[in-house]
Amino acid sequence: MYVAVKGGERAIANAHRLVEHERRGDRNVPELGTEQIEQQLSLAVDRVMSEGSLYDRGLAALAIKQARGDLIEAIFLIRAYRTTLPRFGFSVPLDTADMAIRRRISSTYKDLPGGQVLGPTFDYTHRLLDFALAAEGNPAPPVTAPVDTAERFPRVTDLIAQDDLIERNPPENPGQPVGDLTREPLAFPAERDLRLQNLARGDEGFLLALGYSTQRGYGRNHPFVGEIRMGEVEVEFDIPELGLMASLGEVTLTECQMVNQFKGSLTEPAKFTRGYGLSFGHCERRAMSMSLVDRALRADELGEERTSPAQDEEFVLSHSDNIQATGFVEHLKLPHYVDFQAELALLRQMRRELETRASTHPEAAE
Amino acid sequence: MPNAEAARPNPDPRAATMALLARATRDELSTPLRDHWPNLAYATIRAAEIGLVMLRGRMGGDGAPFNLGEATMTRAVVELATGERGYGQFLGRDPARAEQAAILEALAQREADREAVEAFVLAPIRQRLAEDAQRKRAETAATRVDFFTLVRAEG
Repeated sequence: MYVAVKGGERAIANAHRLVEHERRGDRNVPELGTEQIEQQLSLAVDRVMSEGSLYDRGLAALAIKQARGDLIEAIFLIRAYRTTLPRFGFSVPLDTADMAIRRRISSTYKDLPGGQVLGPTFDYTHRLLDFALAAEGNPAPPVTAPVDTAERFPRVTDLIAQDDLIERNPPENPGQPVGDLTREPLAFPAERDLRLQNLARGDEGFLLALGYSTQRGYGRNHPFVGEIRMGEVEVEFDIPELGLMASLGEVTLTECQMVNQFKGSLTEPAKFTRGYGLSFGHCERRAMSMSLVDRALRADELGEERTSPAQDEEFVLSHSDNIQATGFVEHLKLPHYVDFQAELALLRQMRRELETRASTHPEAAE
Repeated sequence: MPNAEAARPNPDPRAATMALLARATRDELSTPLRDHWPNLAYATIRAAEIGLVMLRGRMGGDGAPFNLGEATMTRAVVELATGERGYGQFLGRDPARAEQAAILEALAQREADREAVEAFVLAPIRQRLAEDAQRKRAETAATRVDFFTLVRAEG
């Protein structure tokens, strides 16, 4: 247990001044601007927005600068900042089918309407360090190709659904409130809306490890990437006094539709099942991991035996949040003097008792 | 494409105006306001404020909704001396721009100013967005991939 301490103000103030100095580094090296972080470390920005659960590129870049690149510390700063702002309301649910596609791939179909576009990806690079980047210089401008403006990119899962070979998504139940774990503490069993909200802001490393575990046999999903798409989606907001939906602009999202092995019965024809991942920004690894874990957490609903960590919703949802996790782990470094003194006293007493017993009943100690 | 009005024409002209103003840069609003409507009289109905909007997704893309995460947004409401009430709102944090968007949204309702708002404000934004969208689509199209399935050797 942690017992409050006082004192140390000057040392704390000086330590904070020192960490600012260290953050700046060698003052002969130009200072990093938040615009540079926003533009050139954009995937770090995307991760901080996702796990900070706040879409604002400028704020995420500032947090990364302030946190000296410690992304969990940056996420902490974003989570703290969001509590200072009022919530104006909810968006109309985002329509990812209407995404302005910048990347779209499928591992289930080679040829699909709209085709596959790789977009800006590290896939198929050789992962060789590019020493030319150590020097400054602009890369070649991107190649362009003619565009068919009539082309649409239907969801791959909608194509599979046309033949009724995949389960339907749970329909919207009008009037049913949507769970919000920023307002109500998480309780178990948790519905899928709360699970998805939890996973959407969960730690990428934790989701990746759990998703990986399902592939290695701890709660087998038999997954295929039906589709990954990344691009811009419009955000609409209801203005009730005008009776209209105002467009607020766009956000970049990554969506992963994982298609998994079958569910059927003696009376129901077998169908593919789904796992779903959605993330702010271009966060493909997290969207994929989220979709694997979402599917694993549907074990009860799909009548599967829960045998593995990734299928245990209490375990997964209680440990996915890296701000809660780091808070509890890191609090161990705060002064625990009183607690430790109590344990020391207990230990000494136990030893004293043993010594007393040994001296009064020497035969008992043999 | 969400940022090209043509793909999803908005039947409500006010909503279409708001969609463009929401995507404007600060200069795209402040410069025409300064040049064409200097000393404009208006009252602040709701002072520009920064807050949050919870963005919702749908399970599997088209199923029941869930809360994905929040975004910052700014909104403002103004009223012109002639009575038109304008609403400005968009993602991000910029109170000055929200007020300018609200003023221009009100001006777009005023018969005498509608054409000027279209010519000096909306048309340039629309053109920039269309060019951006076209450039991105062309860059993306160059990464279109055709995979060939190789015949597997049996044995």
